[in-house]
Amino acid sequence: MALERSDVEKIAHLARLGLNDADIERTTGTLNDILGLIDRMQAVNTDNIEPLAHPLEAVQRLRPDEVTETNQRDAYQAIAPAVENGLFLVPKVIE
Amino acid sequence: MHTLTLAEISRALSAKEFSAEELTRALLDRIAQVDPELNSFITVTEAQAIEQAKAADQRRAQGETGALLGTPIAHKDLFCTQGIRTSCGSKMLDNFIAPYNATVVQKLADAGVVSLGKLNMDEFAMGSANESSHYGPVKNPWDTSRIPGGSSGGSAAAVAARLVPAATGTDTGGSIRQPAALTNLTGLKPTYGRVSRWGMIAYASSLDQGGMLARNAEDCALLLQAMAGFDPKDSTSVDQPVDDYLASLEKPLAGLRIGLPKEYFGEGLDSRIADLTLKAVDELKKLGATVKDISLPNMQHAIPAYYVIAPAEASSNLSRYDGVRFGYRCEDPKDLTDLYKRSRAEGFGDEVRRRIMVGTYALSAGYYDAYYLKAQRIRRLIKNDFVAAFNDVDVILGPTTPSVAWKLGEKNNDPVAEYLMDIYTITANLAGVPGLSMPAGFVDGLPVGVQLLAPYFQEGRLLNIAHQFQKATDWHTKAPTGFLK
Repeated sequence: MALERSDVEKIAHLARLGLNDADIERTTGTLNDILGLIDRMQAVNTDNIEPLAHPLEAVQRLRPDEVTETNQRDAYQAIAPAVENGLFLVPKVIE
Repeated sequence: MHTLTLAEISRALSAKEFSAEELTRALLDRIAQVDPELNSFITVTEAQAIEQAKAADQRRAQGETGALLGTPIAHKDLFCTQGIRTSCGSKMLDNFIAPYNATVVQKLADAGVVSLGKLNMDEFAMGSANESSHYGPVKNPWDTSRIPGGSSGGSAAAVAARLVPAATGTDTGGSIRQPAALTNLTGLKPTYGRVSRWGMIAYASSLDQGGMLARNAEDCALLLQAMAGFDPKDSTSVDQPVDDYLASLEKPLAGLRIGLPKEYFGEGLDSRIADLTLKAVDELKKLGATVKDISLPNMQHAIPAYYVIAPAEASSNLSRYDGVRFGYRCEDPKDLTDLYKRSRAEGFGDEVRRRIMVGTYALSAGYYDAYYLKAQRIRRLIKNDFVAAFNDVDVILGPTTPSVAWKLGEKNNDPVAEYLMDIYTITANLAGVPGLSMPAGFVDGLPVGVQLLAPYFQEGRLLNIAHQFQKATDWHTKAPTGFLK
């Protein structure tokens, strides 16, 4: 199934990628090439085969619910694009 | 000094033939002189390197004797380094200075390793040619009109050109083994979970694994000994004892059973690479190995499955780059959505955006079963192939790549053509087994690598075979002539 321009616009929105018209045009062709490659999977018989998420089939390890991290807010905020009074700044969300 | 291996440097340091500081200064000078031609470093950390070298010399003077104490390496620029930029080859992280060290970086620093800097790579480790880096392509020292392989292309070029004796790398689909093969190095991707991923910037979390590129198997063993081990900070790190890799190097190969999968010698493989691979097999037979033809019937499905799983995990992992807490932020965002969309569109390059979009599509409502779950079912088939094969043989051997290094720009407009070059390496990531590439000769003056794959946690076996092969052959000692002086 080939992607249309409108599909690519929708995917770009879901991925929060602001593509311009030329990008969308170019990307539509390339994504269809890639999906053509990926669609070869559909010919493989995987009946009764369970999905494999982790090569060693390990499950998530749990640890005691204890505080292990120290407060490093200043270090983390030192690399942020915009901060004020210990808060991360973004454009106004609520008028 | 720059032509010495890590093991040779280690011996010279303990014999006081030169100090770590002298060596570090010599290598830094050489990087400044030679690297403009290769572009293998993104950041050279001169001041920190000299400081680390002096500290190592002092530790030695006080009687410490660690094998890596005072030896130089460099890190792929996706291992976080405290106080030093970690760019991941991306404009998105051009201004990112990590507030902590990756576990691998910390372990090596604790062992007294001197880091000379951060190495170029494909953006977010997505690529097989090192052409997607925000900092420009890396050149192959064997022929500077050609690619060094990727995504650990800076690591490969720097070690091949003798700028540094070894480097860290990461391998999600072949990103250590393929560049090692294309630059005449030995590269090891350990078992998934053997080396901590903590502080390694994530691409595809169920496939990513840290490792190294070096001039021979002995140096890989030295580094793995220091890098491997359980890390509670990595939720998929494996809690299993670390073998003595150096001790395993010297085991004789008598009785070793090698499997040759017929799928590795089929259509698409340069016949001269096939010939060199079989010559390597003959050499191993002389050392006592026996050979059996085997089959990994699902190998052909690995590329489509990989190019669903890796982009799907990437689209999720890379959602953290939103222009809010760290990394690139666009100018004058109109509103929050505009901030996200423009920061991401401007901060990511073409290949990263493509993979995010493929992954977003594969995970989107209505397509999850057809793509992501289907790919994970194929992943199990691929793992089952390996489990079955390892009932009959100890290791699997084949070519690392279907061709030698291609020309810069040759596959730029055709991502699918580049994806197909990963055919021999990605199955190891999907199955999680360890893999090693070692030099096996030349085609038209360009290096060819042979790949060995082993059951889980048998890195020692891979290093053992490569070391014995390297005692009997001299391919791995060949250096690109233009970069020897």
